[in-house]
Amino acid sequence: MSMSRREFLQVLAAASAAGMMLDSKQVLAGNAPSNFYDIPAYGNVSLMHITDTHAQLKPIYFREPNVNVGVGGAVGKVPHIVGDKFLKHFNISPNSIDAHAFTYLNFNEASKLYGKVGGFAHLKTLVDKVRAARPGSLLMDSGDTWQGSGTALWTKGQDMVDACIELGVNVMAPHWEFTQGAERVMEIVNGDFKKHGIDFIAQNVITNDFGDQVFKPYVMKSINGVQVAIIGQAFPYTPIANPRHFVPDWSFGIRDDGMQKWVDEARAKGARIVVVLSHNGMDVDIKMASRVTGVDVIFGGHTHDGVPQPVPVKNAKGVTLVTNAGSNGKFLGVMDFDVKGGKIKGWKYRLVPVFSNLLAADKKMEALISRVRKPYEAKLNEKLAITEGMLYRRGNFNGSWDQLIMDAMMKVKGADAAFSPGFRWGTSLLSGDTITMEHLLDQTATTYSFSTLTEMDGETIKVIMEDVCDNLFNADPYYQQGGDMVRVGGITYALNPYEKMGKRISDLRLHGKPLAAGKKYKVAGWAPVAEGATGTPIWDVVAEYLRAVKTVAPPKLNNPRLIGVKQNDPGIADYIASV
Amino acid sequence: MNHQRRTVLKGVGSAAAVGVAVAAGLLKPTVAFAGDRTAFEAKGKDAVMNALKAGGAAESKDITVKAPDIAENGAVVPVEVTSNVAGTDSIAIIAEKNAFPMVGEFHLSNGAQGFIATRIKLANTSQVRAVVKAGGKVYTAAKEVKVTIGGCGG
Repeated sequence: MSMSRREFLQVLAAASAAGMMLDSKQVLAGNAPSNFYDIPAYGNVSLMHITDTHAQLKPIYFREPNVNVGVGGAVGKVPHIVGDKFLKHFNISPNSIDAHAFTYLNFNEASKLYGKVGGFAHLKTLVDKVRAARPGSLLMDSGDTWQGSGTALWTKGQDMVDACIELGVNVMAPHWEFTQGAERVMEIVNGDFKKHGIDFIAQNVITNDFGDQVFKPYVMKSINGVQVAIIGQAFPYTPIANPRHFVPDWSFGIRDDGMQKWVDEARAKGARIVVVLSHNGMDVDIKMASRVTGVDVIFGGHTHDGVPQPVPVKNAKGVTLVTNAGSNGKFLGVMDFDVKGGKIKGWKYRLVPVFSNLLAADKKMEALISRVRKPYEAKLNEKLAITEGMLYRRGNFNGSWDQLIMDAMMKVKGADAAFSPGFRWGTSLLSGDTITMEHLLDQTATTYSFSTLTEMDGETIKVIMEDVCDNLFNADPYYQQGGDMVRVGGITYALNPYEKMGKRISDLRLHGKPLAAGKKYKVAGWAPVAEGATGTPIWDVVAEYLRAVKTVAPPKLNNPRLIGVKQNDPGIADYIASV
Repeated sequence: MNHQRRTVLKGVGSAAAVGVAVAAGLLKPTVAFAGDRTAFEAKGKDAVMNALKAGGAAESKDITVKAPDIAENGAVVPVEVTSNVAGTDSIAIIAEKNAFPMVGEFHLSNGAQGFIATRIKLANTSQVRAVVKAGGKVYTAAKEVKVTIGGCGG
């Protein structure tokens, strides 16, 4: 949907007349649209931050989760707060444009009113506007930029590299970038990035053999005469959560001893501000902030948490602020510091939602996007089916997009059950939308999206589910990998997030009958991490299903029955277990 | 320079480094290779500790076991043990959940620094334990390393 601002205001007027509970009065008075992007500059050092755009060059919809349960010390704390409780915590007015940006509430209707979010042409306009008021400011990208769309897959991330150069990214830290393969990563880092002065930093990637740094661990930048160190942190579990064979010679891990070393070195070299550009995920960042001293701010990503204000974390020598800037190009983080006499005297942070209808598209970026898409337009625009319900992915246990993918896999492959990875990327669709091949690729495009059909006995199924569940719900954030629970189709189950590994999953049933430990079941899956895996690409499997059904009824979510999660846990709302 | 180092060591691997240490008289591998095999044949952590005569080892903060929180490859998990216990004579590594938990024992002499680095195999998520002997006393410390199936992240 593309709309001029004038049309947008007309839609708002119509919506208001229809009695919609949005802050339409303000919008109609011209306040919200015209003032929305007036972000007064503050201080003398500014850093902008994007993360996890997942190659979404065009505006999209993205529904925030209604289930994001915390464990251990994180129960009920940011980012494990959703819906109404999120609004209350951050003092956001219900039914406002911000409420729509930051929560899942009333998503379908509010999306129809406010329109799409993100898109690099609109983001570019915002970045330029913020930059104009903040001379010398830098733009940082926490990664997951070169993966997540058909065009990023087919161009091996080149579309995103070109777009980031045009956007004016200065520094980047990686994760999914590595699934393009080590060679391709080096080609970009030593080629286009070097040529355009973009630093690709990661202190926690070293060679297997000698433990040498593979990338620059940090960079020093002078912003209006203030020395600022930016230290990179790649996703620590890249070779575990994604296929090892893409980066066979490199070792990752959290390496907070290394982080401390670089912080100390940067301070000794005169850094007045030290920040970390991180792909740890927010819970890991919060723990790291409590252990590593001397960091002013961690600009985080990976867990896709749109967090309006930083979380202050105490450590032995002070306080570190931890941010997380959402996903899919939906937000731009803006941090302003007031530095006087070599000390930070104050700061202001805003996580600014990118509403495509409120920001004119930058012409040059728009042309770039059209150019990279052109060879693929016909394929991207293939209409596969109409969805009657809203389709989304994000949430701890399941999403309607995942359910649709699993329904398709089970039907096409004749499987009893299905597993779909708990990825947090993937855009949303509204009720009545046409599902195109592009939308399907937004959910599935990776360099290893082979579909599989495996005979597994009941015991193996439980072991796999327990293993993934521990990667999500281990009480120690350093053992968490940041995705969501593997989506399970066909098999119902119960889940207790607070138990120990091996005891979280129970009551596994197929068609109401308990799973037998020794009995074999046909399980469909996709995105295997093993080297040499093959299979029909998952998007072809799902496309075949969609072309046949033509109209998709709202998928019935297979959601586990939760044990131990309190009724009033702020991390869960509007949850319906399927058993 | 890195490339040169790699070329020089290509095909030689870690055996060369161990060889150098042995030649320098810092490591005496005799016990581990030819001596008492009880510890290597023992099943279960307690049996290994007993075989090492370390049943009553005291937990020590002077020993650091450095290993990944989650193994990138269970077949080759890098482990470093640093012992700041004065007069460290030997450092043993035990992978508690392996079928045969005893990994190896390194004997240090001639005032060698209490530091070893090696790669071990882990069958399952396990405590990786170091046992340090110094001046007739036994000390221990451990670090958990998780071995996971992988996938589904991000």
